[in-house]
Amino acid sequence: MNFFVEAIAWILDPRHYGGENGIDTRIVEHLVISFGVVLVAALIAVPLGYAIGHTGRGRAAAIALSGGIRALPTLGLLILIALGVGIGLTAPFIALVVLAIPSILAGAYSGFEAVDRRTIDAARSVGMTEWQVVGRVEVPLGLPLLIGGLRAASLQVIATATLADYVGGGGLGHFLFLGLKTNDYPQVLAGSFVVILLAIVSEILFGVIQRLVIPAGVSAGMSTNVRVRSPRSQAATG
Amino acid sequence: MIEFVNVSKRFPDGTVAVEDFSLVMPSRKTTVLVGSSGSGKTTLLRMINRMVDPSSGRIEIDGEDTSSLEPVALRRRIGYVMQNSGLLPHFKVIDNVATVPVLNGVPRKQAREQALTLLDTVGLDRSLADRYPSQLSGGQQQRVGVARGLAANPNILLMDEPFGAVDPIVRAELQVELIRLQRELDKTVVFVTHDIDEAFLLGDQVVILETGGRVAQVGSPTEILSDPANDFVANFIGAEKGKRALSIRKTPRGEILVDTEGRAAGVLVPGPDGSPA
Repeated sequence: MNFFVEAIAWILDPRHYGGENGIDTRIVEHLVISFGVVLVAALIAVPLGYAIGHTGRGRAAAIALSGGIRALPTLGLLILIALGVGIGLTAPFIALVVLAIPSILAGAYSGFEAVDRRTIDAARSVGMTEWQVVGRVEVPLGLPLLIGGLRAASLQVIATATLADYVGGGGLGHFLFLGLKTNDYPQVLAGSFVVILLAIVSEILFGVIQRLVIPAGVSAGMSTNVRVRSPRSQAATG
Repeated sequence: MIEFVNVSKRFPDGTVAVEDFSLVMPSRKTTVLVGSSGSGKTTLLRMINRMVDPSSGRIEIDGEDTSSLEPVALRRRIGYVMQNSGLLPHFKVIDNVATVPVLNGVPRKQAREQALTLLDTVGLDRSLADRYPSQLSGGQQQRVGVARGLAANPNILLMDEPFGAVDPIVRAELQVELIRLQRELDKTVVFVTHDIDEAFLLGDQVVILETGGRVAQVGSPTEILSDPANDFVANFIGAEKGKRALSIRKTPRGEILVDTEGRAAGVLVPGPDGSPA
């Protein structure tokens, strides 16, 4: 009895595709939930993080709050919310948003804080408004760290979104909870494998994005072959 | 003309950077504020474009009280050049130079064309236009900084130790360039430095500052050198000892100038206007 082989066989079994409980359907569901959660968390955390990073105010409160939120057990929070709002996707969605916020918040404000103070001072000195300092200097230069925050949040959310099905929210957690109830361990393992695969794909994608969003001048300064690059190739990249 | 009237600046932490400072900086001349750290020279400079607001007193530009002007609009019509160039690392050279015109609503294409001309003005090759600041040498970055300061064609140019972070040879080059530029462009320049040699080289009016923005002496380099107001000034400019206290020593081959240590410092030649040495 090799669970590993059985799990792989379970994943490859064509009967487990299509329909409401097909692996493909559940993957899409899982991704939609995860994406929606990260999007909502970003809509909350990014403006807040930018405000903290730009003004330098509220940082201590944000760190304390983030720490507090991080310490919350997501399953406990999920059940607590579900007791209020009932069975369905709402409770896990809220619980996952709460889980995702600290990483994104930290990415947003630390991205702003990482920008050289002299650069910001210079931007202001030549006559940029506060909004222009944010939009033309802090956002582009802070982007790599923000993407890092989104990356961490996405990883956590994809992994933890398995809990959604605990209160009937759907997603890949379905295979885990169903398998546990019916002692069908290959199914549990198969569901886990798919979740792990999604997490790895997410990591790879964000790794690529993170490299792409490093502003050109900054990566130009970091690359070691700056001096041998011809002006022509630089013009071409611009 | 920039006029400081009884200007004081107390920072929230209680430090008094400037106390009761009054001065007229004449138009189309270079005024150099020189002093050691803590003399409030940078604070004074930053009060002109309202990066710092005075706690009391007022600053007038051509008779207009700056506190009545909108800071952003004011900064866009005053050139600002700072130490370490202050260039935006993610903007190409050309876009750094064009920053202020673009902010002022000049179409990007036109602003870039102007910026290319400015690269010529500050002695930079146009091929550098598409580079990023991190790909330039320190001296080149400073030149870009000067070009950016000039881009909106301001009447006033503020320079905060612009040549402080480059090596002595490049610094000397940049100083000569600035003198040439100033002859061509005729701006009202306010220049901050801690280097008295630089102050005497560039300044039409030199302001020597003591701690707390107290004016030790204001005058042309000639006036200050020939008649230091007090011991602080004499000491600061090195008039009593060191390389500025020169004396004539006769040698078999002619007269030379020596410093207080007796080291040869130069020779006496007829003045540029033909007067005898």
